[in-house]
Amino acid sequence: MTLSTIATFAAAISLLIGAVFVLVGAIGLLKFNDPMTRLHAPTKVGTLGIGMLLLASILYALAQGDPSLHELLIMAFLFVTAPVSANFIAKVTIHRGTCETPPSPPKDSTWSTLNAPDDAQG
Amino acid sequence: MTIAQGLFDFALIIAMVALAVGQVLCMARLVIGPTTADRILALDTMVINALGLVVALGMHQGVKVYFEVGVLVAMLGFVSTVALARFILRGDIIE
Repeated sequence: MTLSTIATFAAAISLLIGAVFVLVGAIGLLKFNDPMTRLHAPTKVGTLGIGMLLLASILYALAQGDPSLHELLIMAFLFVTAPVSANFIAKVTIHRGTCETPPSPPKDSTWSTLNAPDDAQG
Repeated sequence: MTIAQGLFDFALIIAMVALAVGQVLCMARLVIGPTTADRILALDTMVINALGLVVALGMHQGVKVYFEVGVLVAMLGFVSTVALARFILRGDIIE
C-alpha cells in the first residue's frame, strides 16, 4: 500500500465525516426551536464540516502527486470569521428582543466593579 | 480504477448530495424565518455550504482555479453577513 493509496483513503473518510457534519448542522438549523439555540448548529458543526471537506481536498491533492496548501488559507479564514459572524448574529437577536433577557444578578443591581466604595463590603 | 479511487468517488458523491440537501434545509429556514437573525444565519450557512460545493466540484474536476473561487466566496460571505447584521444593529453599514 503506497502513500498515494493511504492519502486517497484518508481523503474519502474525511469527505464522509464532513458530509455528515454539514448535514447535521443544516438539520439543527431547521429543527431547533429558539433563535439563540439555532445559532449553535451551523456556526460550529457546519464550520467543522467544511473544514473536513477542505482537509479532504488537501489529502486528495497530495494523493494526486501535486500537493497544494491553498485550502489552508480558506480554512484559516473560515475558522477565524465564523465566531465573529456568529457574535454579530447573536447581537442582532439581543437587539431585536427575540430571545429571553439574561437574568439579573442575585444581590447587586449592577456589576460589582461599578459599586460605590461604601457598599463594596456588603 | 483502484479500490481507494472508487471509495473516494463514492464519498465525493455522498458529500455533494449532503451539501445540496443542506442548502435546501437552509432555504426552508430562510423562508419560514421567523426572526431577522434566523434569516441572516440561514444566508451565512448557505454561503458556507456553497463554498463546500465549490471545493467538492474542484476535487471532482481536478481544476485548481476553484480554490481561488472558494477564497472569494468565503470573504464575500463574511462581509455580507457583517453588513446585514450591522444594518439591523445600527441602521447604517458604514457610519
